[in-house]
Amino acid sequence: MPLYLDDDQTALQDTIRDFVAEHAPVSHMRALRDADDKTGFSRDLWKQFAEMGFTGILVGEDQGGLGLGHVEAGVVLEEIGRNLSPSPFLSTAVAAVEALKGTGQAERWFPGIIAGETVAALAIDEGAKHRDTVAMKAERSGNGFKLTGAKRFVTHGHTADLIIVAARTGGSDNDTDGITLFAVPKDTAGLTANAERLADSSLAARLEFEGVEVDADAVIGEVDAGRTPLDRLLRAGRTGASAELLGVGGGAMNMTVGYMKQRKQFGTLIGSFQALQHRAAHLYSEMEVARAAVLKAQQLLDQGSERADEAVSVAKAMTTLATTLSVQEGIQMHGGIGMTDEYDIGFYMKRARVLAEMFGDANFHADRLAIAAGY
Amino acid sequence: MTDLDTFRTETRAWLAENCPPEMRKPVRSEDDVCWGGRQFKPSSPAQKEWLDKMAAKGWTVPDWPKAYGGGGLSPAETKILREEMAAIKARNPLNSFGISMLGPALLKYGTEEQKLDHLTKIARGEIRWCQGYSEPNAGSDLAGLATSAEDKSDHYLVNGQKVWTSYADKADWIFCLVRTDKTSKQGGISFVLFDMASPGVSTKPILLISGNSPFCETFFDNVKVPKVNRVYEENKGWDVAKYLLGHEREMISGMGLASSGGNPLIDGAIATVGLGHDGRLADPLLRASIAMFEVRAKAFGAMSERFIDELKAGKAHPAQPSMMKYYGTELNKSRYELMMAAGGSDALEWDSERSRGGAIPRSWLRTKANSIEGGTSEIQLNIIAKRILELPA
Ligand SMILES: Cc1cc2nc3c(=O)[nH]c(=O)nc-3n(C[C@H](O)[C@H](O)[C@H](O)COP(=O)(O)OP(=O)(O)OC[C@H]3O[C@@H](n4cnc5c(N)ncnc54)[C@H](O)[C@@H]3O)c2cc1C
Repeated sequence: MPLYLDDDQTALQDTIRDFVAEHAPVSHMRALRDADDKTGFSRDLWKQFAEMGFTGILVGEDQGGLGLGHVEAGVVLEEIGRNLSPSPFLSTAVAAVEALKGTGQAERWFPGIIAGETVAALAIDEGAKHRDTVAMKAERSGNGFKLTGAKRFVTHGHTADLIIVAARTGGSDNDTDGITLFAVPKDTAGLTANAERLADSSLAARLEFEGVEVDADAVIGEVDAGRTPLDRLLRAGRTGASAELLGVGGGAMNMTVGYMKQRKQFGTLIGSFQALQHRAAHLYSEMEVARAAVLKAQQLLDQGSERADEAVSVAKAMTTLATTLSVQEGIQMHGGIGMTDEYDIGFYMKRARVLAEMFGDANFHADRLAIAAGY
Repeated sequence: MTDLDTFRTETRAWLAENCPPEMRKPVRSEDDVCWGGRQFKPSSPAQKEWLDKMAAKGWTVPDWPKAYGGGGLSPAETKILREEMAAIKARNPLNSFGISMLGPALLKYGTEEQKLDHLTKIARGEIRWCQGYSEPNAGSDLAGLATSAEDKSDHYLVNGQKVWTSYADKADWIFCLVRTDKTSKQGGISFVLFDMASPGVSTKPILLISGNSPFCETFFDNVKVPKVNRVYEENKGWDVAKYLLGHEREMISGMGLASSGGNPLIDGAIATVGLGHDGRLADPLLRASIAMFEVRAKAFGAMSERFIDELKAGKAHPAQPSMMKYYGTELNKSRYELMMAAGGSDALEWDSERSRGGAIPRSWLRTKANSIEGGTSEIQLNIIAKRILELPA
């Protein structure tokens, strides 16, 4: 398979590019922020996403979805990133769908997700840095389980209809086995969600589980074998976050290069200064390399390749490096105007920082590669 | 099974049978690289066997047409061949400026006679080529070259000097930029081919900081070059030169890719600083530097694949080789900085047998030229800025 988008994927890209730019440009996000919106995204827009079929992008056609892959999901996420559109797409249509896929939970949740009625959140992280450890307890109780513990950095956690929770049914914090994944419906007793606004004005919740009782049929996949669906979720989430980062970095770069062609100082366009040209060209190179890494990860995931996991870590680390550079250069090359709230470039920096932490930062993923390579 | 699956199976079987075991190990030193040519002395029987077998199948240049000594493979088949060779860590059977630079230019701009003559010899490794571009006063500003070619009806009389001509002393023929019109800078250059054994050609090696002397000063004193050896039109050599440079940059960018077989950087670091009880490199900062380097190196591996795929499909921006050249060469330099740091005092040994004649420090020094040869990093950044980002002059 060649490492570029095929004709169908390019056509999808054109469609989604127009759609997001028209319905959810940066001004959409700004308006939500200015209105102190407490949902964090527009339910109406999410419905429109559903009408276009995007909510079922990774769901098989036999289950009412589009039956497409990670490449296509990434095409959508890149445009979401480019326009800084607040959307539950990554958590719901990508990560949650992948976790539920092929399990008994799929039938129950997919119709709502596809219809744009169900929003999912991922209760994965327990510390301020993403780790593979799971400490939260799930004890057998009655015909189900009782969940006790806390999760944080749960995007949409306060509004989600479905919360996917990783908990420990056996073993100790760092064990691979003994994890079970649960599909916990909204408003389950004993679950409290406190949403906090983050630097990028998105909302993420801290969840407290105080003996939250769930039925045995809330288990996603098998008891004690939650690593499998959790890994699917993480691979999809990490790859998706990489695609979104690519959009954020690419969007910031385009703004910056555009500004260089329009801002005059010393009687000439600042884009003609070689010191800036070289930095812009270097930035372009980093972004191109990141783009290749993302597409590679997506294709390998879609092929079910055993090399996918490594490629996913490369993609997440590389997009984090490249996009961080892009937003930093973006502010610097805009000069003073880049520091103003009125100008959009600052929003790119904020969003990049949040995505950098999501599903593991560059160090986390470089460390994973090193361990896999035996050093 | 699709045709491609069949091709893969057959290719795998053929390689398994025909690639000698010695040719499945990384090259040990520069002498171990096969360049072909009239003066070619194989470093081992296996090296010769491998070249001959691959050349017979046209697989030294798998995607060239069969008529010119190539394998006539499609882009997808070429990719499979590359993958299967990598899987058994097979060496490149032939390294050649003819393959990576002149060949593509002749395929596009050469006459049928030029193609039939030169391409087949390149494919079989019979003629070794060198590149006569740079002059003492024309480096980055290449179009300012002065070597003159005077029109003598059926031939040109060439006079002047080239510099930094890699392997000029070992090459059989040269592809050379000459000035056929003094009144126009880029529009007065022609692209000619001639035999280095022609009367009036002389070379003088230049010693490099790596202790090797692969390149030369090259002098032309009334060298007669038949006009049939001019590629493309008179005074339009700059088009050919630029096209060839794109391919040169593509080739040089490949240096950013890890060599096949193991990972010398990681293995070297483990050998010198060792692993701690947790299985991690005992020097945490070195480990972090290597891990972050590997992120970029692996991502660049994907970029190379994407670039070649896009190039073959005609989807690549024409200036994209500059990006590849820039990134790949800067990456390769940082790889060797890390190799030196990982190797410690072992990596400083210059002549010892243990160090294989100082292979690492000499390579480390050699990589510093990656961002100079074929156009410096600064020139590549200029090209990206102007032609891809379309920034103002
Ligand atoms: C190992 C090696 C092998 C080579 N092999 C060959 C060969 O086989 N055949 C051949 O013809 N040539 C060969 N070269 C020559 C090579 O192409 C030139 O060295 C190169 O193009 C740079 O030219 P220069 O050395 O004259 O440097 P200069 O052009 O003098 O550059 C000096 C410095 O100025 C910078 N600079 C120049 N112009 C600009 C600008 N416009 N903007 C910003 N910075 C600028 C450069 O980046 C560099 O840092 C080889 C060089 C090396 C090192």
